[in-house]
Amino acid sequence: MHQKKSRFRIGNSQLIAPYIFVAPFILSFIIFFSYPLFQAILMSFQSVLPDQVTFIGLDNFKKLNNPSFYKALYNNFRYTIYTVIVLIPIPLILAVFLNSKMMRLKNMFRSALFLPALTSVAVAGIIFKLVFSELDGALMNTFIQWLGFDSQKWLYYPGLSMFALVVIATWRWIGINILYFLSALQNIPKELYEAADIDGAGLFSKFYKITVPLLKPITIYVLTITIYGGFAMFTESYMLWGSRGSPQDIGLTMVGYIYQQGFQYFDLGFGSAIGLVLLVITLGVSMIQLKFMGLFGKED
Amino acid sequence: MSKKGNLLLSLILAVSMILTACGSNNGGGNTPSTPTETSNSNTEGEGKTEAEQTNLTLWTFVQQHADFYLYMADEWNQANPDKPIKLVTENIPYDEMHTRLLIALQTKEGAPDLVDIEQSKFPNFMKGEVQLVELNDVVEPELSNIVKSRVDIYSQDGKYYGVDLHVGATVMFYNKEIMDQAGVNPDDIKLWSDVEKYGKIVVEKTGKPFITFEGAGNWSWWPAINQLESDQVSVDGKVMLDDERNIRAMTFFKKLVDEGIAAIAPGAGHDTPEYKAYMNAEGAASVFMPFWFMNRFTDEMPDLKGKIIIKPMPAWDEGGNRSAGMGGTGLSITNQTKHLELAKEFLAYSKLSKEGNIQVWKQLGMDPIRTEVWTDPAMSEPNKFTEYFGNDIFDTLLEVKDEIYPVNIREISPQVFDSVRNEIIPRIFQFGEDPETVIKEEADKLRKSLP
Repeated sequence: MHQKKSRFRIGNSQLIAPYIFVAPFILSFIIFFSYPLFQAILMSFQSVLPDQVTFIGLDNFKKLNNPSFYKALYNNFRYTIYTVIVLIPIPLILAVFLNSKMMRLKNMFRSALFLPALTSVAVAGIIFKLVFSELDGALMNTFIQWLGFDSQKWLYYPGLSMFALVVIATWRWIGINILYFLSALQNIPKELYEAADIDGAGLFSKFYKITVPLLKPITIYVLTITIYGGFAMFTESYMLWGSRGSPQDIGLTMVGYIYQQGFQYFDLGFGSAIGLVLLVITLGVSMIQLKFMGLFGKED
Repeated sequence: MSKKGNLLLSLILAVSMILTACGSNNGGGNTPSTPTETSNSNTEGEGKTEAEQTNLTLWTFVQQHADFYLYMADEWNQANPDKPIKLVTENIPYDEMHTRLLIALQTKEGAPDLVDIEQSKFPNFMKGEVQLVELNDVVEPELSNIVKSRVDIYSQDGKYYGVDLHVGATVMFYNKEIMDQAGVNPDDIKLWSDVEKYGKIVVEKTGKPFITFEGAGNWSWWPAINQLESDQVSVDGKVMLDDERNIRAMTFFKKLVDEGIAAIAPGAGHDTPEYKAYMNAEGAASVFMPFWFMNRFTDEMPDLKGKIIIKPMPAWDEGGNRSAGMGGTGLSITNQTKHLELAKEFLAYSKLSKEGNIQVWKQLGMDPIRTEVWTDPAMSEPNKFTEYFGNDIFDTLLEVKDEIYPVNIREISPQVFDSVRNEIIPRIFQFGEDPETVIKEEADKLRKSLP
């Protein structure tokens, strides 16, 4: 009787209860994030082989000074910039259209645009590989022939293959970004537009003066995940070229490079070092972007 | 959301789900991670209980290999009722299987008893303290009966760690119909210089290229330089891409491409859907690929049935080698096994014995490593391969039996192969750069970056 009461008291205690509630998160964070991160830092200073784990100082980081690493970094930067250019404005405009009262077949477009997010990337990869195939009958080549150009070997030239990667990224993420913008749009009070109408504002000035500024928080969020997605890109490239890599590393990304060095050449220590550098880069870019967006300013 | 919209959405979802379900089987035709067991039907003796069976697990990345091992396990159980095994095979996609195995061996937990390791991945398992079991006591007694180079690939410091399934002898596949149309007899093509001479005739008469090369793969250059007894990695594990012989072969191939006698395979490789569609539609008169490519013809180029004949490769010089052993998968035992002796016995039974080697042909259509079985009557029994290619398949193989030079697979091989596939071959064949310059440049680059 007495025991039951005290247990009840502990569960109800204002001191302990918060810890119990956050425990699942803290535990999973420690097990699945902190520990691997710590381990990766440790491994980046080691040569890791079965029964032969030795500390080798900064050797892994010295190895980073090679053309493949720079190529991967360059590819990631380019890809991130392009995806940011495409994946912010287009979903935003599409979301405005989908939110508009005048739009017809709204639900059909909403589901059609969101559908790619539900499709398996593995399946989509196979389809896109065929779409960008070098054969004359492939979809992209048929299309550009119709425009009067010659067939292209899409997956051999840096510019063309980057285009292919950005097309896949657009197809894959556009629906999700639209969803973010749509939900934000629905939170903008209608009164603002009504007031603007009374003041005689046009369609465009309403978009620039009301919609865009009020979407700023969600835009920052979408920008952050797009940048992160750009640096973490692996699947799209893996689907187009497979595990054997792309000709002249045109599709090599940082994560692809980790995979190649860690698992295909079995150099887990070097893989960890690349991972750490990637972490530092993404963290740095995100910080700069957040600072630029004024997110570190004092909250009013 | 309106009712109409809901209906439409659910319809689209349903369709996409079906499509997704259909599509997921396309990845190389493998059904991932499906454990399959030996049938227990053959444990006829009532007194035998499952408890007496020893469990052995085996990982592979090819369903046909798994089926072969299961068949061999059933055969083993019939021949050895005193020590039956219960083989559990798991078919895991190529990359995932090798990655999982690396991690299992590194962490010393979760590895299977037996595992199929693909040739080009093998060097990864030779790093550090080798976690595979030495097989010398079962391999050495058979060395005189088998093609030795097929176990040398899986060896280090005189210790054997794996046994290959097949020889992978590279042969020429000619499209007889196109050759007849051009009035060229494949038997006249004895040297690579004949390829230039007769290839020109084929191109003129039929308008089709005589041969195709891989545009981003290793199955054209590697066998060709192997014929010249050269390699991409030397016996002592150094880069030897820029060897004279290698440059000779590549310069000649580039010339054939420039003259229009050879074409670059659509899809940039021979094992791609693009190439198979092209070849099935009689795109080119010939191709040289390892013996295992036969089942790509029977299964994926059905329209060429009865039209393809198998001949030795042309040699570079009079009396030169007319074949090369390419590709392969070695069966190994991990040091995590609890039934080492039995695993070894089963490995020897399925990979080194006469019975096993006959089944390699019967079940898989591959050229077995035990050469005596090539003349065995069992090999000429009709099957889908004899129906497709005719009855003289092994005659060709016997002809070139002693002309197969070993390949070197060493620690740096994965990096060197990637450089060949992704740098050297595309630069020469896709961008038309000079072979000698490219090969020397890439060889230097590799020497600088490798330890």
